[in-house]
Amino acid sequence: MAATDLVRAVLNAWCSLQRQLIGRHGTGSRTAQVAGLLGGALAGGAAAAPNLPEDRADLMFHLYDADGLRASGPALLVRKKLADTVSLSASYYIDMVSNASIDVVTTASPYKETRKEYNLGLDYVVRDSSITVSTSNSKEPDYIANGTSIDVSQEVFGGMTSLSLGYTRAHDKVGRNGYEGFFDTATHWRYRLGVTQILSPSWLTSANFEAVSDDGYLGSPYRVARVFGAAIPERNPRTRSSRAIKLRSLGEVVPGHAVRVEYRYFWDTWDIKAHTAELGYVRQFSDLWLLDWYARYYKQQHALFYSDNASSETTYISRNRQLSTFKSTALGAKMAYTAKHVPGVYEIKLNAAYEFIRTRYSDFTDIRNGKPYELDAHVLQLFVSATF
Amino acid sequence: MLHSVSARALSLALLAGVSLFAGCSSIEPWVKPYERERLSLPILQFSRDGLADKHQEHVREVREAARGATGVQGGGCGCN
Repeated sequence: MAATDLVRAVLNAWCSLQRQLIGRHGTGSRTAQVAGLLGGALAGGAAAAPNLPEDRADLMFHLYDADGLRASGPALLVRKKLADTVSLSASYYIDMVSNASIDVVTTASPYKETRKEYNLGLDYVVRDSSITVSTSNSKEPDYIANGTSIDVSQEVFGGMTSLSLGYTRAHDKVGRNGYEGFFDTATHWRYRLGVTQILSPSWLTSANFEAVSDDGYLGSPYRVARVFGAAIPERNPRTRSSRAIKLRSLGEVVPGHAVRVEYRYFWDTWDIKAHTAELGYVRQFSDLWLLDWYARYYKQQHALFYSDNASSETTYISRNRQLSTFKSTALGAKMAYTAKHVPGVYEIKLNAAYEFIRTRYSDFTDIRNGKPYELDAHVLQLFVSATF
Repeated sequence: MLHSVSARALSLALLAGVSLFAGCSSIEPWVKPYERERLSLPILQFSRDGLADKHQEHVREVREAARGATGVQGGGCGCN
């Protein structure tokens, strides 16, 4: 029984410590708030009902431009409440792609194509839970992707903690220009888990986990690998499973100034490991302007079967630079200007966002000059959003 | 012997569970609903514009091997 007594003593001491720390909350003790999380979230309390998203409409022009590849187009989102508990959303997104990227100019001919994607969603709030069901369809001349998602979030601990669970199943049909119909398929399963915690009246933090499994054709029929300098069709495994965990925190350090910190670790069964770190600063100028600056760093190690120029024939072989070793640094800024605000009726905002991304590949050679490939990309978003 | 060990483990687990739920139930949410006004400010949102976030996520997901856990609901699309 000595062990039982010891456990009881430790637990009692832990709970007592929590109570004492929480009691000191008035002094602004952050330790108290963190210490209360585990027991507190379980202990629960009267929960506040979550809110439905606001009615809104967005019209956006987006552009991605980098070394011969340009993808741009319009996107539209409309969201409307049907009753006090239901909100419907619909979005439409067009990518007009003009591709003369390094992959294309070194192995094939430049091309143009259009991808169209729509999403339909339904949000339902019941008691202290919200449920979102959505479906998406993306169509290109040689690729069709359909997906269905369900996300559930539950507020606990007096509305201070929000737990979320999500699931997506997507099924793709893969084709090839010049080939009648589709020659293969791929299925994807995504499982999400998240917790968001309010730490203080101006500070919150969250942890997200996502597992993704794929089965089917996971490569590109156009891409080639290199073996002894000769081009051969790439051969990817037909299954992949990945995990990612992301931690982030956001707080208002001084009234009108907020700081955001994020970190994600990713790993998968293709032996890819990646780190993503992001640091952001948001500032509200008067009631009209909102400015957001951020820096993002991304780093990954290549897949087990990736090779710039293989010196032996293997079962799987790829020269997809998305699977290579590279580092990427991005600097971005977002701006929102409130053009019209009629309290309680509607608000119109003009938004602009720009991101510069510099990517340095370690083991992907630009075969035009024999040097490691370097890529600078520009991402632009211009949009009008209205809430009503 | 095995039975005794199992019983002891079970009693420990039960005791831990009871202590968690009963002993700590006095912990109250320390940020009251009326103190959460600032948390609804635009600067304290992880995501302000869903459509723009989805585009940004798409740009990253088709160029990087890493994916998931972004907090963007519904995840990325399955397109290539």
